[in-house]
Amino acid sequence: MKKILLSGNEAVARGAFEAGVAVGAGYPGTPSTEILENLTKYPGIYTEWSVNEKIAYEVGIGACLAGARTLVTMKHVGLNVAADPLFTSSYIGVKAGLVIVNADDPDMHSSQNEQDNRNYARSAKVPMLEPADSDETRRFTVRAFELSEKYDTPVILRTTTRISHSMSVVTPDSEAAQSPSLEKVRALKPEGFSRDIKKYVMIPAFARERHKVVEKRMEKLTADADSFDINIIEINDTRFGIITSGINYMYVKEAFPDASVLKLGMIWPLPWKKIDEFSKKVGRIFIVEELDAFFEIEIKARGYTVTGKDIFPVTGEFSPDVVRETISAAMGEPLETKEYYASPKLPPRPPALCPGCPHRTVFKILNEMGLTVTGDIGCYTLGVLPPWSAMDTCVEMGGSIGLAQGIEIAGGETAIKKTVAVIGDSTFAHSGISNLVNAAYNGRKGLYIVLDNNTTAMTGMQPNPFSGERITLEASVAVDYELLGRAVGMKKDQVKIVDAYKPKDIEDAIREMLDKDSLSLLVIKGPCVIWKRKRKKKE
Amino acid sequence: MTDKNKTTNILMVGVGGQGIILASDIVSAAALHAGFDAKKSEIHGMSQRGGSVFSHIRFGKHIYSPVIPNHQADILLSLELMETLRWVQYAGPDTQCIVSQEMILPAMVEEYPTGLEDEIKKLSQKTVFVDPKELIKKIGDKKYINVAFCGMLAKYIDLPEASWKQSIEEHVPRGTFEANWTAFGIGKTD
Repeated sequence: MKKILLSGNEAVARGAFEAGVAVGAGYPGTPSTEILENLTKYPGIYTEWSVNEKIAYEVGIGACLAGARTLVTMKHVGLNVAADPLFTSSYIGVKAGLVIVNADDPDMHSSQNEQDNRNYARSAKVPMLEPADSDETRRFTVRAFELSEKYDTPVILRTTTRISHSMSVVTPDSEAAQSPSLEKVRALKPEGFSRDIKKYVMIPAFARERHKVVEKRMEKLTADADSFDINIIEINDTRFGIITSGINYMYVKEAFPDASVLKLGMIWPLPWKKIDEFSKKVGRIFIVEELDAFFEIEIKARGYTVTGKDIFPVTGEFSPDVVRETISAAMGEPLETKEYYASPKLPPRPPALCPGCPHRTVFKILNEMGLTVTGDIGCYTLGVLPPWSAMDTCVEMGGSIGLAQGIEIAGGETAIKKTVAVIGDSTFAHSGISNLVNAAYNGRKGLYIVLDNNTTAMTGMQPNPFSGERITLEASVAVDYELLGRAVGMKKDQVKIVDAYKPKDIEDAIREMLDKDSLSLLVIKGPCVIWKRKRKKKE
Repeated sequence: MTDKNKTTNILMVGVGGQGIILASDIVSAAALHAGFDAKKSEIHGMSQRGGSVFSHIRFGKHIYSPVIPNHQADILLSLELMETLRWVQYAGPDTQCIVSQEMILPAMVEEYPTGLEDEIKKLSQKTVFVDPKELIKKIGDKKYINVAFCGMLAKYIDLPEASWKQSIEEHVPRGTFEANWTAFGIGKTD
């Protein structure tokens, strides 16, 4: 088949298709979103945007236990939400393959932290693969399904933003490409769930046994890792050797094309014999890894002297220049610093709420009213920046309503009248609803505002449970805010829906609801202007 | 022809909404069709909301890093005047700059900085400034301006015409190829 250019995310979808995946589930999150959007384009695969990452993962466990190869996608912080099923799914294993694609975001191009999710592989005791370009991403996705079934374990495929959003040349598997109803898929036709309580019901008595199985599995994987062809030793100049993985391999090869490199394709568990062999052949060993000293700590614990985070930064992304400059200096051959042109100071150009966004008005009103605003994750986080300057906290998905409750409890009556939570429709569905239940259950009296733009805008317009459409754009239930309020004991006047284009109505509703001595939910509706434009084009 | 063994580095910059991603898709696919290894790197997400946008394109015999090493950009194509200077770490004195005189005020900024064209000339002697209004007049519709800029780029990287044609055909909306191809030709001869 001829070569094509694909992004890392497109390559995951392509690989999943070639692997005969039958089910894909996930929650949008930069830089992982386009994986599922692309998987939807392939024939014969069920895909869904789940309400949140935990549910996507649970759907994944069920589907794989019923015999369908299943792909679950999310960004790094999404795996925090899905960490509960992750750790125990490690114990119960799989029937058909279960692969979780988890996209880290070093440098936080569009995230609230830059946690290093390699740590999850170690603590949940599951294997993790990390590709270095799009074609590897495609191949590693197929490989991850094979490993998942062979070792009876979920497998995490870790990408980073530079892999997810960079394009490189892919040579698709033509056999898989020729027929969408390929034999591989037919062979994997789900056979349905069959009972196996000692493996699938994790009561302590069974789980104790399964934990031993997990430890044995990881021992076996550790031993087998030495023969995996995705862990590659390249011996060239042996003055020094570099142990690395993922995009950093590309930076290393760019900076030192003739260096000796151990490129880890499986980054957990580590291939110890290969590491021993490599270390015997080279002089000084450098570990090139973005974020945490993950390899470094393991390799040092084995007794090696290596150079890593004592010279490389723990924060942000690397680049060919970071690798070249840092290692050259450590080898006593610092690069000459040439004088280049220095530009004058420019005004910054940060992202901003779109001109024409109907929800800009709300932030103007909140600012003028001088309220404390607990915020959430999405476009509207941009309400923190001038000229709106109307946000005081932003932690994680759904957190706005929880934080507002804590402020109310500790701050009492005055805090209730001065604090509002602001959350978007998709985020409210993700984990805001359970926060509303908590508020009602525990007698809170605060005001929570949902900015409903009818889509998950920040990640590129994905439908959600409040927009009445699924990932395929087929019609679905749209969750009813008023009935939701009723279900948690709120009276009619405690839930209000107003038009985002009517600033006076918004201001009146906020004042009225803040004055009231009861829990309130204010929904401000105004569809995203980009979504509207895109929809018009489609029609 | 471009030397098959040499890596060509192109940096495209501008502001969210200017169509950088489509333009860089066209260039990287044209390089692929011409038989090169090609990589492209950009960041989606926050940058879409009117922030600064960049795209690194690299092609040659074999490409490792999708990110251009510092000062190694052969061409810097900037669709917005001020944005040109935000990315100087990738440029050097030999970088060919193609700079649109389009000026887009960032949010919360009252006055556009002055003297930028002189600064850009200090960055590189090889700078071509393009008046976007004049260019739109020549191509007839602002919708095709980015493909016209691809044409200007084509002057300096010498990929076969067939590769460009194939790539543009693959990337522009159906029914607009002729208009886009004409715009490309105008950019190339401008």
